[in-house]
Amino acid sequence: MNIFNLIRIAFKALQRNKLRAFLTMLGVIIGVAAVIAMVAIGQGSKQSIQSQLSSMGSNMITVLPASNVTGGARLGGSTVNTLTLDDVKALQKQAVNISSISPAATSSGQSIFGAFNWPTTIYGVSPSYLDIRQWELTDGIPFSEDDVRASAKVCLIGQTVVANLFPNGENPIGKIIRFNNLPFQVIGVLVAKGQSSFGQDQDDVILAPYTTVQKRILATIYFRTIYASAINESASDAATDEITTILRKTHRLRTSDENDFQVRTMAELITALSSTSNLLTILLTAIAGISLVIGGIGIMNIMYVSVTERTREIGLRMSIGARGIDILMQFLIEAIMISITGGLIGVALGITAAKLITIFLSWPTLVSESSIILSFAVCAFTGVFFGYYPAQKASRLDPIEALRYE
Amino acid sequence: MSKKILELQNIKRSFTMGTETVHALRGVSFDVMAGEFVTIMGSSGSGKTTLLNTLGCLDKPSDGVYMLDGVNIGGLSRDELARLRNRKIGFVFQSYNLLPRTSALENVELPLFYNSSVSYEERKQKAINALEAVKLADRLDHTPNQLSGGQQQRVAIARALVNEPVMILADEATGNLDTRTSYEIIALMQELNQVQGKTIVFVTHEPDIAAFSTRTVMLRDGKVVKDTANTNIRSAKEALAALPPADDY
Repeated sequence: MNIFNLIRIAFKALQRNKLRAFLTMLGVIIGVAAVIAMVAIGQGSKQSIQSQLSSMGSNMITVLPASNVTGGARLGGSTVNTLTLDDVKALQKQAVNISSISPAATSSGQSIFGAFNWPTTIYGVSPSYLDIRQWELTDGIPFSEDDVRASAKVCLIGQTVVANLFPNGENPIGKIIRFNNLPFQVIGVLVAKGQSSFGQDQDDVILAPYTTVQKRILATIYFRTIYASAINESASDAATDEITTILRKTHRLRTSDENDFQVRTMAELITALSSTSNLLTILLTAIAGISLVIGGIGIMNIMYVSVTERTREIGLRMSIGARGIDILMQFLIEAIMISITGGLIGVALGITAAKLITIFLSWPTLVSESSIILSFAVCAFTGVFFGYYPAQKASRLDPIEALRYE
Repeated sequence: MSKKILELQNIKRSFTMGTETVHALRGVSFDVMAGEFVTIMGSSGSGKTTLLNTLGCLDKPSDGVYMLDGVNIGGLSRDELARLRNRKIGFVFQSYNLLPRTSALENVELPLFYNSSVSYEERKQKAINALEAVKLADRLDHTPNQLSGGQQQRVAIARALVNEPVMILADEATGNLDTRTSYEIIALMQELNQVQGKTIVFVTHEPDIAAFSTRTVMLRDGKVVKDTANTNIRSAKEALAALPPADDY
């Protein structure tokens, strides 16, 4: 008996009971569709968390001066000046895992416009700082490398500064504000960003060329911080190592010396958030997996009923020459056909459901190939696993008794 | 000299029911030649059904030798018996045993599905030929519930014929039918036997039917009590003609 005959027989047997075959299939359809849709939701939220993180600058690397030991006393990082423009230039030239870099010289002080004043912080940075932080302007233009070279007295101001210096809703662009008595022309306004994950108001800020801040306010050649962004998230570890190596060289540190700087990434934050959404994916998949098992039990139940109901048919088939293996294969193929057809419909339904969820609920979803392959494999396995026992029962019937079964 | 189709030598079959042993067959011996139409008769409990199961290779004797078309079935496995049933025996049952919601053609094709040497086209052609032989060529696509009892039994006979078996084994094949339809079925059997030379073994408890066969084997208590050739064979066709006209005009 060849396999095509068996498939034909199984197909015809299912055709004789279309509604029941469909209802049995429904368990598998719902199971597979649930797995695919749930995994898509989990993966989608994971991806959206990751993209939000990278919009927060998750591949941002911060280089700070390290504590240092001078004459036995450890000095805090903020009191040590080790980072200079040479470091920035060396990094720019040599580091391959870094896409942009900006030094930062910061100073706190009072900003004044007309009758209003506000205590804030000025960041002396290079134009690429906006790229690293992924900050954008609502209005105006960013300052340029020319402004940096010229130590131009131009600035970009955050929304908190706008609110406090221009409470009457004037357009700040083009206005001259004063910071520690130094006049700056406002050329751009930053997009509101709210608090950082550490509770700091990210909008309470003035950005100006670092040269201006270094020379005209701080009178220093050192930087408080160097900001850099790795070419992508996965490169941030490589970038960290690279920065360390380069800076140790430019600082002429001997191998026995401690680093006089420290390099930080946001990798821990990413790990924490990813593990949360991974947990979500696992939970959703587990729930969906249970429904797939229930679908499988449904197949077993129906195949069992089917074997009992068709005892005479089995007896007849045996009497006209079907071997045990033929009967076994017939029922097994029926179960597999139910589960595979159900699986295919389930995959289609799951993908559709994921799309609809995105369209109507605007939840991010991501249908992954692995979830399709996995759930399909599981349901094919379900067909074999749950179909085998009833099929084996059928194949072991005694033809004499089966023929007389009422 | 025609060929021996069946050869039974001292067939015994006993079943154990709890502590009791039931001897259904206590040494049955007879041969059936090709072209015979044998009725096996006996009241209930005579071992008729057990003998039928043995003849049909559904059951193996506890003792004795059963040769079917030269093959000793004693040493065969379950699968080999299945193959033998498929190639050598055509079953006709009392309750037809057709697959529901399945066309007559597909029902007749069924035994050929279990014979991998038959191709798709051959299968269909053989099934059509078999249905023509039972005069149902115009009912190929009818499902069993669209056919009368007699027609269903003719589909079952076509199914028994389709694999060109050496023997047709009928089990109370007219038991569910009225007299007229019974005669029609018997007439068909007689025709197959006389015109095509098919060997038929017909198990029944109706003495009426024995008159149409060429030979009668009578069983009682698991033994053959009478084995007689029928000298005066009735023609089922004539019997049919002699019946009063049907009232369903």
